[in-house]
Amino acid sequence: MPPPSLPPPAARAALLVLADGRFPAGGHAHSGGAEQAVAAGRITDAAGLEAYCRGRLHTAGLTSAALAAAACAGADPLRLDEAADARTPSPALRATARRLGRQLLRATRAAWPAAELDALAEARPRGVHQPVVLGVAARAAGLGPVDAAHAALYEAVSGPTTATVRLLGLDPFEATAVLARLAPALEDVAARAAAAGGRAAADGRTGADPGELLPAASAPLLDIAAEEHAVRAGRLFAS
Amino acid sequence: MAHGVTDGRAAPAARAPAGGVRAHARITAAPHARGGTALPELAGDGPLALRRIRAGAGEARVCLVGAMAGPLGGDRVRLDVRVESGAALCITSAAATLALPGTTGEPARYDVRLTVDDDAELRWLPEPLVSVRGSRLHVTYRVDLAPTARLVFREEQVLGRTGEPSGRLISRLTARSGGRPLLNQTTDYGPGAPAWDGPAVLADNRASGQLLVAAPEFADTPAEAYVLAPGRAAITPLAGPATLTTAMAPNSLLLRTLLDDAHTRTTDTRRSPSGADGPAVSRG
Repeated sequence: MPPPSLPPPAARAALLVLADGRFPAGGHAHSGGAEQAVAAGRITDAAGLEAYCRGRLHTAGLTSAALAAAACAGADPLRLDEAADARTPSPALRATARRLGRQLLRATRAAWPAAELDALAEARPRGVHQPVVLGVAARAAGLGPVDAAHAALYEAVSGPTTATVRLLGLDPFEATAVLARLAPALEDVAARAAAAGGRAAADGRTGADPGELLPAASAPLLDIAAEEHAVRAGRLFAS
Repeated sequence: MAHGVTDGRAAPAARAPAGGVRAHARITAAPHARGGTALPELAGDGPLALRRIRAGAGEARVCLVGAMAGPLGGDRVRLDVRVESGAALCITSAAATLALPGTTGEPARYDVRLTVDDDAELRWLPEPLVSVRGSRLHVTYRVDLAPTARLVFREEQVLGRTGEPSGRLISRLTARSGGRPLLNQTTDYGPGAPAWDGPAVLADNRASGQLLVAAPEFADTPAEAYVLAPGRAAITPLAGPATLTTAMAPNSLLLRTLLDDAHTRTTDTRRSPSGADGPAVSRG
């Protein structure tokens, strides 16, 4: 028996497919705020990238991962979508999250067809926040809440990292070393997000609002910078 | 540092056995029979003394007066405010609130619950909360708005006094409008908080704040998003009937300037935050 935190071997491969940057869900067009942070001089080197990613991991990353874990654990995705709205004051980031959610749902319905995914697409044709879709997708792929949290968090840091390689001409080896150094923190945050997601799903079964007590860690600078980026001319990335 | 401030505190009897003050203050505002707003309940407790001050047009005003220094580590202070249908209330404070270290190393808690009924208005405009070196404070704001309630809510956090490192300050704001989630945000600053002073969260700013303005008009005509100061402040329409200004600055003075500007731009719901005339346009 593998330890309970790991998915069964077949599902572990599914996690690789879902978290792969080449999964056709549109993530490559987004920098996770790195483009604006580079433009404002807040990321200038690998150390700055690491500090940026660490901040994102513990704030927006934790919040997204908990939403994904809750959706994977069976909490109502439509109520989680409202919870995601309340955690996303920036309209630019809400629009991005819905667009990415739509694209992820399309790719997932092809990869792991499931009635739950069809129902979600039908209920919200304009899209659901991407982390919520990610949780339902992980569930359809036979994964567990902690896997969904890992996928959300890996995306939260790998997006800015690959973008920074392009934006700053950062050495790809240095950039990959940043991701490797973030791995222990990512494991910690994933465990917290999965635990919170599990509790939220249990709350939802009692009729309580599953989103109320989920983490809502916010990073004010990410919200302000997202609005600046949205009205910026000559962008390389959509967000 | 804690020793210097205990002199002005309440008698030892007010302290719970665990070593901290337990206090629960309440304010209820209701329409007055002869017009304006009455305060049928105005009950200060422990470190929260309440003073009714000069009223505005139709609006009752209450000033929070720090009866003692604090909150100190280990304290648990709670304030419940309710504004009933037809009433208008403004709450200010006489001075900044200082979060101070206690003797036990236990965090202090400050829990504020604000309930605004239909056709009622609350303006919550206290002075900043200053996180003093070595202090640990958890603040929660729980805001429940009826569908036609109006709210202006300002929160300002100053991370350390001048030239001083910050204490730990965790603040959670949970706002609901018409029973639906409106805004849910936690910030965690100071020693032990991960990456709080990094390039994704506050960078080198040491004052952080927000202004939440909720009004039923925003349901049909959301305000447009507006960058008030690059890298410092943005006004954003929420998914629900409200706008949020998120702001940060190197010090409390500059933060207040940004939030005052945002206040002017977002409380007149007939104009857009950019100052253009005509109906506000939403991008999100």
